[in-house]
Amino acid sequence: MTINTLSQDGVQRQQMPCLTKMERMIISMQDPDMGIKLRNQRLLITVIPHKCSISDEEALHVGQLFVKYGYIYPLKEPRNLILKADDSSYRFQTPYYWMSTRWPASELDYAIYLAKKNIRKQGELIEYEKECYNALHKRINHTWDFVVMQAREQLRASKQRRKGDRIVLECQEQAYWLVNRPPPGTQDSIDHGPERRTTNTRVQLNSYHNHFYVKYCEQYQPHDPIMQGCLPSNPWITDDIMFWNMNSETVALPTKLRVERWSFSFMELLNDQMGRKEFLTYLEKEFSAENLCFWQACEDVRHGETAKIPEKVDEVYKQFLAPGASRWVNIDSKTMEKTLEGLKRPHRFVLDDAQMHIYFLMKKDSYPRYLKSELYKNLLARAIVPQETKKSVFPFMRRQRHSSPSPALATQTAEDDGKAKKTRIVTINNIKLKLNPIRKKKRFWDSQIYK
Amino acid sequence: MACQGLAKGETTNTLKAESESLKAKLEEERAKLHDVELHQVAEKIDALGQFVMKTRRTLKGHGNKVLCMDWCRDKRRIVSSSQDGKVIVWDAYTTNKEHAVTMPCTWVMACAYAPSGCAVACGGLDNKCSVYPLSLDKNENLAAKKKSVAMHTNYLSSCSFTNSDMQILTSSGDGTCALWDVESGQLLQSFHGHSADVLSLDLAPSETGNTFVSGGCDKKANVWDMRSGQNVQSFETHESDINNVKYYPSGDAFATGSDDATCRLYDLRADREVAIYSKDSIIFGASSVDFSLSGRLLFAGYNDYTINVWDVLKGTRVAILFGHENRVSTVRVSPDGTAFCSGSWDNTLRIWA
Repeated sequence: MTINTLSQDGVQRQQMPCLTKMERMIISMQDPDMGIKLRNQRLLITVIPHKCSISDEEALHVGQLFVKYGYIYPLKEPRNLILKADDSSYRFQTPYYWMSTRWPASELDYAIYLAKKNIRKQGELIEYEKECYNALHKRINHTWDFVVMQAREQLRASKQRRKGDRIVLECQEQAYWLVNRPPPGTQDSIDHGPERRTTNTRVQLNSYHNHFYVKYCEQYQPHDPIMQGCLPSNPWITDDIMFWNMNSETVALPTKLRVERWSFSFMELLNDQMGRKEFLTYLEKEFSAENLCFWQACEDVRHGETAKIPEKVDEVYKQFLAPGASRWVNIDSKTMEKTLEGLKRPHRFVLDDAQMHIYFLMKKDSYPRYLKSELYKNLLARAIVPQETKKSVFPFMRRQRHSSPSPALATQTAEDDGKAKKTRIVTINNIKLKLNPIRKKKRFWDSQIYK
Repeated sequence: MACQGLAKGETTNTLKAESESLKAKLEEERAKLHDVELHQVAEKIDALGQFVMKTRRTLKGHGNKVLCMDWCRDKRRIVSSSQDGKVIVWDAYTTNKEHAVTMPCTWVMACAYAPSGCAVACGGLDNKCSVYPLSLDKNENLAAKKKSVAMHTNYLSSCSFTNSDMQILTSSGDGTCALWDVESGQLLQSFHGHSADVLSLDLAPSETGNTFVSGGCDKKANVWDMRSGQNVQSFETHESDINNVKYYPSGDAFATGSDDATCRLYDLRADREVAIYSKDSIIFGASSVDFSLSGRLLFAGYNDYTINVWDVLKGTRVAILFGHENRVSTVRVSPDGTAFCSGSWDNTLRIWA
């Protein structure tokens, strides 16, 4: 953990104020009325900047800086970051890649970029890129699988774009990296001298995090009974357990809040047994239910008894991974190879890579589509909003506190035909037991109402 | 510099004075840093209104100090353990006791409910963690089916089941944490890195479910990778023992309660402390912390018999809850966030809502 110090006079300094000024100019250059004339997706630099009265030489010089700092990039010779006073074409860089938004460039992002290039060019990277790639591979080895997976995902996503868009995006990305990771021998245009420790960089790096907390709390506040109450009422306060009954695992129709919560994150959907069931139904319609079943089977291996691991792993292989398996899952060849190799000596984590791959596949693809599906929207529309019940005012009419069947009564492994085994789940509501409500004999002055 | 002998004109006293003044400067700078921190961003959001929480249930039955408790996933049952060796399972809603076990040792500092609701784990001065399957046969002696799972070389301070009934994570006075297979009692992974007793641990609520955080008497909070046993992050800003650690609901941060009378929030991505919850009037250590469901509130139990409720975002105290007649040793929010339970050295547990 590093300690930063404020500058002498306690005033916060803005790092590189030149960036704001540059960006202001770039924006005005793109003004539809007063700015530079653009052609289709190309831009011809004729006059820079458009408003100030300065000499052509100075204008060219300012333009050079724009190119050096990545706000404009050349199309013909992308590696040559200079502005030529002829009619060669340039393009404005998208704000996403501006220095003020994405600086310093993250190592992880660079690794992903190089990995993408490596895959596309099948290992034929330029010399210095190859060196960087190998160095990164060593340095951040522990997240390398994530890097490769991200690269693959991004490539896959980009294939689904229109060709024109794809080309532009690739140019933008390349331009960004040429500025932020200049090839050896070229000038590092963004070299800014020794690091000066001010608090401002801290604010830039952290204000995103702090906004995250605010967002998270706001999103979950309606679901937080202590913050905002719960409908129909909080059982602890009113002695009415409707709230628990309406939110049990096997209720016929869920509450609206509960269904809404599934849209917060993929994890929320999976953590709710009912959500998981609904999602499985959706996947079945899409003929990709094996993904969820596979994921569940992997969870069972990870969290189950050590002694049963080899047989469980073998089952998983037979059902999901073997060639011609009945519920074969689509894993990329590299992960499959690695997994199959590991299966020779099965251990608790041997399926982790494959499981993560399928998890992210569902998260990025099936999950968003499920949230847009008729199945989900219908359920949300039909979901219940309970009516509020108030705490009874008269002490003589205090409600009896009903006991509930203990989870220790029965353990039931939920096993549906053809689906993978889940971990032990207790379905309390399946147990039909008649229990007399237990009457607590209390002295009048002990009554909760009087506390 | 620290390895050289005293230079001319220096005495241990002058060096001490210098180190104290540097510490004070650090505090000053750190305080300035907080001016642009979490609570500044939170300025724009509404302050919390009048806060009303009362004791809704009082659970009496332990004969001695209550040291630990845990909720069952059914949202109403709890397990609690005490100094006299008793472990009790209650339906907190009806306040009925459903099971009772007498441990062969005193000071049962750790207890946990299994995810299935069919077993409990506990341990303490016996240096072990044992799992008791819960049988509904009133005549059956639960102790007969007890399974000894973990073995440490000093007291067991905390235990937790992972996602299933089959694995337990423990922390101990011997300075280590460990992951165990319940069926076989086999040690699956051990975690070394603390330089003093480890007092608390909490599992991360993450998608990949592979990390946990621990806090100890070395003032450090360490984040561990369960697979490799490696210490991936470490935080050391507390001035005294860390008694309790708890993850923020999203898993991106965690809170700590310490004997230095402060609670702190550490952000895992920023890799640093982002908030301190303290007040001049709070002098006694915080023994236990937990978040409300949305993460907006932090409930902290203190050794001065009170529970303070903090606004996590603004850093201010929202309420102070009186009621216990001795130290509050444990505070846990229920799984659906409808209430929280506190256990105390006054032998009782209270449910607040």
